[in-house]
Amino acid sequence: MLNVLAAAEWGGEFEGVLDPISALFEFPPILELELFGVDLSINRTIIIAWLGTIFIGVLFTLGARKAEVIPGKFQAFLEMIIDLNRTIALEIIGPKGTKFVPLLTTLFVTIFVLNFSKIFPLFMMPPTSRAAWPLFLALTTWLVFIGVGIKEQGFAGYFGGILFPPGVPKALYIILTPIELLSNLVLRPFTLAVRLFANMVAGHILVVITLVTIHVFLPSMPVGWMVGVFGLIAAPLVFAFELFIIGLQAYIFGMLSAVYIGSSLEAHH
Amino acid sequence: MTGSLNVLGYAVATIGPAIGLALGISKAIESMARQPEAAGMVRTTMFIGVAVVEALALLAFVLAFAL
Repeated sequence: MLNVLAAAEWGGEFEGVLDPISALFEFPPILELELFGVDLSINRTIIIAWLGTIFIGVLFTLGARKAEVIPGKFQAFLEMIIDLNRTIALEIIGPKGTKFVPLLTTLFVTIFVLNFSKIFPLFMMPPTSRAAWPLFLALTTWLVFIGVGIKEQGFAGYFGGILFPPGVPKALYIILTPIELLSNLVLRPFTLAVRLFANMVAGHILVVITLVTIHVFLPSMPVGWMVGVFGLIAAPLVFAFELFIIGLQAYIFGMLSAVYIGSSLEAHH
Repeated sequence: MTGSLNVLGYAVATIGPAIGLALGISKAIESMARQPEAAGMVRTTMFIGVAVVEALALLAFVLAFAL
């Protein structure tokens, strides 16, 4: 596909090496910074992430500043978001879940807004498609559900519960304990991060290929413009599909966080 | 033809999780339709199971790039 696009762009023949796919995700630094040997350069991804964060801050500050008993349209919209997360928390974690509504709402809104810049004009790049963002969001969940487990059941109680689940024949612990250790402490945060990351990478490549198809084929005169028209028809569908994926990933991340927190709140039966 | 065999490997590796997800989710929908009052519990359990099954596909995705 990429070879065909490049050939069309270069007028029928493409001799050379394509950029690796990572060129879609790496931007040159706008401002070079380095602190203690760590690269802290400011590039487009960082600026998008900052703008997204500022947007969330302004949105919720404006909504909460003049909170009224009978909400207006704007306040009702924000309350709908919070209520969605409250429902998740109450259904999955249980009555103790109200404590975690702020965390779940923050995760949901952050992930949604950062993902949404994938289809937002002029941005067109989700910061969550760089591995650091999902990794640190998953790390937050990881620290919270382990911290909650230790706080609620005690260190020995929590780790005893996940490593040696009761009601299992003693001999099975040889197999079960390593699996439980790996699954609870490594695979949970890892899959949480990779699920978001992989979806965003795939979505970004899909959007780029759709738009580049339009850009390349629409002006090419004899027959190529038909492909361009097809791209024009496909683009809104791709964007709608991506909007669905964006919302779904934000929802799944919050939901699985709630499941993990809920599982460390109460001891295994 | 040029390209990486890893991608084909990833395609093969998604077959198992796909079948697993289909079985799990279809059973969950079935039981939700049978007992709508248990829908919340079924959905939660389904998502835990989906997360576990999906982990295999995600591991394959990572290994396709890493190896």
